[in-house]
Amino acid sequence: MRKGNNCPDIYIYNRIVHAKLFIDRNYADTIDLDAISNEAYFSKFHFIRLFKKAYGKTPHQYLAWVRIEKAKLLLQRGISIANTCFLVGYDSVTSFAALFRKIAGWSPSAYQHTFTLRQQQIANAPLSLVPGCFAAKKGWIGNSNFEEEN
Amino acid sequence: MITRLNHVSIFVLDQSSAFDFYVNKLGFSVHTDAPIGEKMRWLTVCPPEQPTLEISLMAIEEGIMFTGNAVQQMRELVQKGTFGFGVFECNNLDATYEELKSKGVVFKKTPTREFYGYEALFVDDSGNWFSLSQKKQ
Repeated sequence: MRKGNNCPDIYIYNRIVHAKLFIDRNYADTIDLDAISNEAYFSKFHFIRLFKKAYGKTPHQYLAWVRIEKAKLLLQRGISIANTCFLVGYDSVTSFAALFRKIAGWSPSAYQHTFTLRQQQIANAPLSLVPGCFAAKKGWIGNSNFEEEN
Repeated sequence: MITRLNHVSIFVLDQSSAFDFYVNKLGFSVHTDAPIGEKMRWLTVCPPEQPTLEISLMAIEEGIMFTGNAVQQMRELVQKGTFGFGVFECNNLDATYEELKSKGVVFKKTPTREFYGYEALFVDDSGNWFSLSQKKQ
């Protein structure tokens, strides 16, 4: 039991996990974090504190992180930046681009361009992405450096 | 001076199933998914907050590494849970345990306070086991 709370830890964490999974499923919609905290039977501030303790991010920060991770997958599929922005639940492309850069460390266009180049590298020279020791041991390249010299 | 670990390999029974386990259940991101020829695949994933550590999900298949009976022997060893590959860390073990359990991850040890920390043990879809520990505050 938690001090000052009649609820065992497992029930508290079940509710926090439920809220996290709700964000995972509904990230593209307008998410009212007040409603989530109410649904989890917590006061808003208690909810935010427990969520951050569990996941290292506030619910707002976590939602933004999930949206940017999903945006990366859409950009990888060649979806335009504007459409990606709308598909992950943002209305403003400018705000989305700024947030993307802050969280991902790249602009959306740079991320998409780099991913495309990497896919070309995978298609044209996949072994350039595999450390030589692994490739040799798998028999993907000629000489294995695991073989003893005579 | 060695500065960091950037690749580690885990032997898996089926790469597609391992992809589903590590990406869709554990929440790891795909670093590289490259076909090598017609049948081989170089597949690496990263824990969400450790994008520079590539975990290679390595298929157990006949070749230089495993010849003859070694493939079957290795598959049996993995399935039996012979290999423990490491310790993953999370912010809160109770929450992570509840979440992974709800996604169907099999735990061999529920969250337990040990003298060295708070940990649980889970197995991947092949049989490899891992410790899951709570980050020390």
